[in-house]
Amino acid sequence: MSRIRLLVGTRKGAFVLTSDGKRKQWDVDGPHFAGWEIYHVKGSPADPNRLYASQTSGWFGQIIQRSDNGGKSWFQPGTPPGESITTPDGMPKGESNKFVYDSSPETGKPLTTHMWYDGTQHPWEFKRVWHLEPSLTDSDTVYAGVEDAALFRSSDGGETWQELAGLRGHGSGPRWQPGAGGMCLHTILLDPKNRERMFIAISAAGAFRTDDGGKNWKPINQGLHSQYIPDPNAEVGHCVHRIAMHSSRPNTLFMQKHWDVMRSDDAGDSWREVSGNLPSDFGFPIDIHAHEPDTIYVVPIKSDSEHFPPDGKLRVYRSRTGGNEWEELTKGLPQRDCYVNVLRDAMSIDSLEPCGVYFGTTGGQVYASRDAGDSWEPIVRDLPAVLSVEAQTLP
Amino acid sequence: MIRVVLPTHLRTLARVKGEVELQLDGQATQRAVLDALEAKYPMLRGTIRDHDTERRRPFVRFFACGEDLSHDPPDSPLPEMIAKGAEPFFIIGAIAGG
Repeated sequence: MSRIRLLVGTRKGAFVLTSDGKRKQWDVDGPHFAGWEIYHVKGSPADPNRLYASQTSGWFGQIIQRSDNGGKSWFQPGTPPGESITTPDGMPKGESNKFVYDSSPETGKPLTTHMWYDGTQHPWEFKRVWHLEPSLTDSDTVYAGVEDAALFRSSDGGETWQELAGLRGHGSGPRWQPGAGGMCLHTILLDPKNRERMFIAISAAGAFRTDDGGKNWKPINQGLHSQYIPDPNAEVGHCVHRIAMHSSRPNTLFMQKHWDVMRSDDAGDSWREVSGNLPSDFGFPIDIHAHEPDTIYVVPIKSDSEHFPPDGKLRVYRSRTGGNEWEELTKGLPQRDCYVNVLRDAMSIDSLEPCGVYFGTTGGQVYASRDAGDSWEPIVRDLPAVLSVEAQTLP
Repeated sequence: MIRVVLPTHLRTLARVKGEVELQLDGQATQRAVLDALEAKYPMLRGTIRDHDTERRRPFVRFFACGEDLSHDPPDSPLPEMIAKGAEPFFIIGAIAGG
C-alpha cells in the first residue's frame, strides 16, 4: 500500500508527518532544527528519500540540510557524519551554506543593484533560501530560489551552489523591487517534457522563463494587470505569489497573483484572468489536482492589508473548469472566527486516488483532505506558523 | 588552549555540548579563534562571519572577561585570561526582537 509523507516547514522547525494510504492516522515527527525558520523542505522525485531543507535564521544566516533516509537523520552537505571535515589538502569542507552572486564577466551580465523601497538603487544582498526544487531526474541536482531574488543550482547534492546569473542579467533587474516579505524568488517549475525549460517567479518582479537551461531568460507577464505599480501592464514589477503546473500539460500555467488568479495556455507568453466568482482574488497558494489538470485550488484571503480569510471563514475554493467557475469547500474547516493565513508554499497535493490535498496555516494547523477537497480534517492543530507543506506519495 | 562558549543553535549545528576547546598556534586574537573554530567545525562557516569578507554577522556578538569585544579589530590580542584559558570567549546571539 502506498504511504504519504508530508514535509512541513515552520517558523520554529521542520516536521515530518507520515501516514499509510488510508490517510486517517498520522505520525508526527519533529521538530527537526528546533528554533530555526524552515522555509522549505522538499524531496527528490528521482529518490524520494533524498530530502533538502532550507534552515535559516536572522542571527546565523542560511543553512542547507540534507537527508538521505527520508528525514530520519540530517546533515549539512559537505560534512556528512563520519566523514573527514577537511579535504585531503587540509582545507575545510562545509560550504553548503555559501551562496555568492556571480559577478564574473564570463557568465551573463551580472547586476549590482535593484530598486529599493524608496525608489533608489540597492545592492544585491543574499538573505535566505525560500524554495528548493530538486531535479526531476537527478537527486544530486537541486535548484534554490533565494532572497534577494536569484536562482542557484547545486549538482553535487547541495555541497556547493552556483548562481544561474542569466536571470539577474536579463536587464530588467534595476526595476525589480521587494514585496512586503522581501525580494524573493519563491517559485521554480521544471518542465517535465522539455529539460531546457524552467519557469520562476519573483516578488515583486513577476514571472520569467528560460528555454535554454537557465542561460537566458524572458519575462512572461503579458496580460498581468497590477494597479499598485505605475504602469499596471509593465513588463516587470508584478507581485506574483505562486505559479502551478500540471506535469501532463506543462504549457498551461495557473497563477495566484497579489490580486487576481490568472491562466496561461502558451507557457506564460500571455495570461488571462480566471478569478470568476471568488469572494476575493487575493491569496498566496495555488495548486492543481493530481489527475485532473483543469481542477485547481486556491485559498482566498481578504486583502493585502488584511491577511486572513474573508468573513472569518476558512474556505478552499476549487474550480473544475480551469478557472472562472469556483465552488467553496468548507466541510471540516472553521467557518467562524478564523483569522489565519495560508502562505504561498503551504499547499500540496498527493497522487493517490482520490488525490489528497493538504495545507498549513500561520496558526499552526495542517489540514488534510482525502477526497480531493470535498472534506477536511486537521492532522495537527498547534505547530508553529506553517511556512511550507510538501506531499510525497511513496510506494 | 582557548575555551569558547557557543550559542545554543550553533552548538546544535556543531553537534557539541558545553564549551568548545581550541588549540591556537600563535597569538590569541578574534580572527585566530574563529579560524580555529571553523577549521574544527566547518559546519559553522558562514554562521558567525561572512565566508569571504569575514565580517561579523550583525546579530552575533563577542564577549570576554565582562567586555563586549564585538567592535574590536579582529587581529587585536584577546585578554590574557582568554589566551590562558582561564576565562571563556563567548559568541553570543544578540537579544533582538520582542
